[in-house]
Amino acid sequence: MKLRAELAIKCATHESQTESRNHSIMQYNGSAIVAMVGKNCVAIAADKRLGQQALTVDMDFEKVFRMTDRTFIGLSGLAADVKTVHDTLRMRVNLYKHREERVIEPKTMAHLVSHMLYERRFGPYYIEPIIAGLDKDNKPYICATDLIGCLSLPEDFVVTGTASDNLFGMCESLWEPELEPEDLFETISQALLNAVDRDAMSGWGAVVHIITPDGVITRDIKGRMD
Amino acid sequence: MDALFAIAGKDFVISVSDTASARSIVRMKKNCDKTYKLSSHTLLAVCGEPGDTANFAEYIQGNVRLYSVRNSQDLSPSETANFIRNELAGSMRSRKPYNVNMLVAGVDQNTGAASLYRIDYLAAMAKVPFAAHGYCAYFVYSVMDHEYTEGLTLEQGFDIVKNCLTALKERFIVDFPDFSIKVISTNGTREYDLAEI
Repeated sequence: MKLRAELAIKCATHESQTESRNHSIMQYNGSAIVAMVGKNCVAIAADKRLGQQALTVDMDFEKVFRMTDRTFIGLSGLAADVKTVHDTLRMRVNLYKHREERVIEPKTMAHLVSHMLYERRFGPYYIEPIIAGLDKDNKPYICATDLIGCLSLPEDFVVTGTASDNLFGMCESLWEPELEPEDLFETISQALLNAVDRDAMSGWGAVVHIITPDGVITRDIKGRMD
Repeated sequence: MDALFAIAGKDFVISVSDTASARSIVRMKKNCDKTYKLSSHTLLAVCGEPGDTANFAEYIQGNVRLYSVRNSQDLSPSETANFIRNELAGSMRSRKPYNVNMLVAGVDQNTGAASLYRIDYLAAMAKVPFAAHGYCAYFVYSVMDHEYTEGLTLEQGFDIVKNCLTALKERFIVDFPDFSIKVISTNGTREYDLAEI
């Protein structure tokens, strides 16, 4: 009986050691993405790092994609699935455009993504997407889903990635309602830069998209490269 | 334990791979070429699980060439890289995935621009100015980070390669018998001797 207890303890310690040594697959490549609502505008921003655990492989890796004129999607998580999901989604959005003869709305795209992810319920894509855009009435729309497509629809901001805890803290303190595009740009940039500076798995520069009824402003911002 | 890295310039890519074929602690072969010519201006360099690398690379080589024959037109480097990534991503979710890391180096014959794609065994792909795989990455990335400049000349590229090899010789516990150095440029692919560079 004693032997069995000892064995159990040994197994437990061994398991917790391997657990801490091996990152989860969601933390393997590293990422930080955030989207915010402003006054008749939305912003989405992401870092640019691609890593393999602690080794940085690329400092210009794209994780936010323009799916339509005014709808963007940010994909955090496993880099391989970021590309796979982006490719598949681009196909689905184009098919929608041809079948419906109109451009897909952000809300519709969110449900399309959610459906795509839940289709793989028992062998998921290891990504957590954020969708940001303006709908046909210029109303801001943001949402996030988990890796199996459970939608969450807050009205202020959404965050995802390895720096999501830090981003939550920054956004909670910096965000305020009814920000104009330029103020929103400043807020989202500061939130992202200061969040990734305390996360070793993300950072290395960032990109910010501000979506307004008049068009999209895209800016690359410099960050700490260490 | 393979060493595999590459550096891209404006219109050329230098690919370096070791030539050892090992099983466990034994070196079985000293002059093994781990690069595969996909077209006149595209090169695929592989490392990883020995059986998988050759099998996957030859499958890719066959299909890329088949495309050229069917369409009387070569795939561009970006098209090639995307095709390879897609095949590997499909394999990743199969019963027995391929365990292969790759570098795709090529020169676009229409624009003359060189490009280098890094694809790891999980099928994550990135277009990069320089890249490395495996344990050797921990040694050569710092050298390349330190010395790479945008739009470098072939000679400057060779200097970086030399410094990378020095770093490997100095600090890496594995002793490589030889390296295969290949340059892909608008003129096609040419192999260089270690003494030549």
